[in-house]
Amino acid sequence: MHDVSGEPQAVPAAHDEGQHHPIGLYLKVWGWLFVLSAMSYAVDYFQVQGITRWTLIIVFMLLKAGLIVSIFMHMAWERLSLIYAILVPPLVLLVLVRIMIVESNYTFWTRAIFFGGGG
Amino acid sequence: MSQVTKERNETEENAQGWRAIVADWSTDREVFRHTHWGKAMMWIFLLSDTFIFSSFLISYMTMRASATMAWPDTAEVFALTIGGQSIPLILIAIMTFVLISSSGTMALAVNYGYRRNRKVTAALMFATALLGAAFVGMQAFEWTKLIEEGVRPWSNPMGAPQFGASFFMITGFHGLHVTCGVIMLLIVATLVLRGHYDRAGDYSAVEIAGLYWHFVDLVWVFIFAFFYLW
Repeated sequence: MHDVSGEPQAVPAAHDEGQHHPIGLYLKVWGWLFVLSAMSYAVDYFQVQGITRWTLIIVFMLLKAGLIVSIFMHMAWERLSLIYAILVPPLVLLVLVRIMIVESNYTFWTRAIFFGGGG
Repeated sequence: MSQVTKERNETEENAQGWRAIVADWSTDREVFRHTHWGKAMMWIFLLSDTFIFSSFLISYMTMRASATMAWPDTAEVFALTIGGQSIPLILIAIMTFVLISSSGTMALAVNYGYRRNRKVTAALMFATALLGAAFVGMQAFEWTKLIEEGVRPWSNPMGAPQFGASFFMITGFHGLHVTCGVIMLLIVATLVLRGHYDRAGDYSAVEIAGLYWHFVDLVWVFIFAFFYLW
């Protein structure tokens, strides 16, 4: 058992040493998330189309995701071993995306050519 | 412990960068021994959840790219008429802001938890749960609206039939996560208020609950971008 009061650092020091951050940091990130969400909503509201739309959506999405993971989820202050163990595996999903793009093109053209454009 | 092993351990503890990674993974011991076990476990659970949600989003991509009928215009489908004016996607925008706000209050709750401020932590967590419940409520409203308009998992009046399947699966699974999150937050917040973590001397549970909650928000960021805005 650990101490009941005082010395918050007495518990395994390594894991929470980096988690004492000023409130201002969180409020700033919170504000940025609001701004970025408003901007992605604006993309739709002002009917931006085509490649500009997709680029903007992806950029705002990645910025928001980055802020949430690094600051709110404290990933920026974790050990590298944990960061890599969590952030690297999802990258293989890009392979699945690539495979399924090829597959959906095939399905689309099969439907268009042989099923007379049926759903 | 022998002198040699002890010295070796000390070198490893202080290692930086790639040396730290090699030291953590190579010594035939627990890799995440520097991290609170609950936190490491939660991260690994979230990694598996990432794969589940990614599978949903990738199957949505496949269905949308292979549909020969026009995909329904989400800006119109999720528009609301407020004050006699139809505003595109407004409900989803409000839901996004509500969820982001809940993430903000959760981040502050974790911070106050580590400051051992029992009451503020619990209050912020209850606020987070309330915002989460509001989000689920709006989602229920959205589902009701779409079902009344005739959207089904197999067909809908607006266009490609695959739209309904993607919509109900993706938002349904996310809504389930939010609901579980609200229940978990209420439990942990009650424990905080009772002083459970003051007696245990460890507020990590608040941060672990926070990790899950931020993840739910994170998934929504991707759903918002790919399903609603694309």
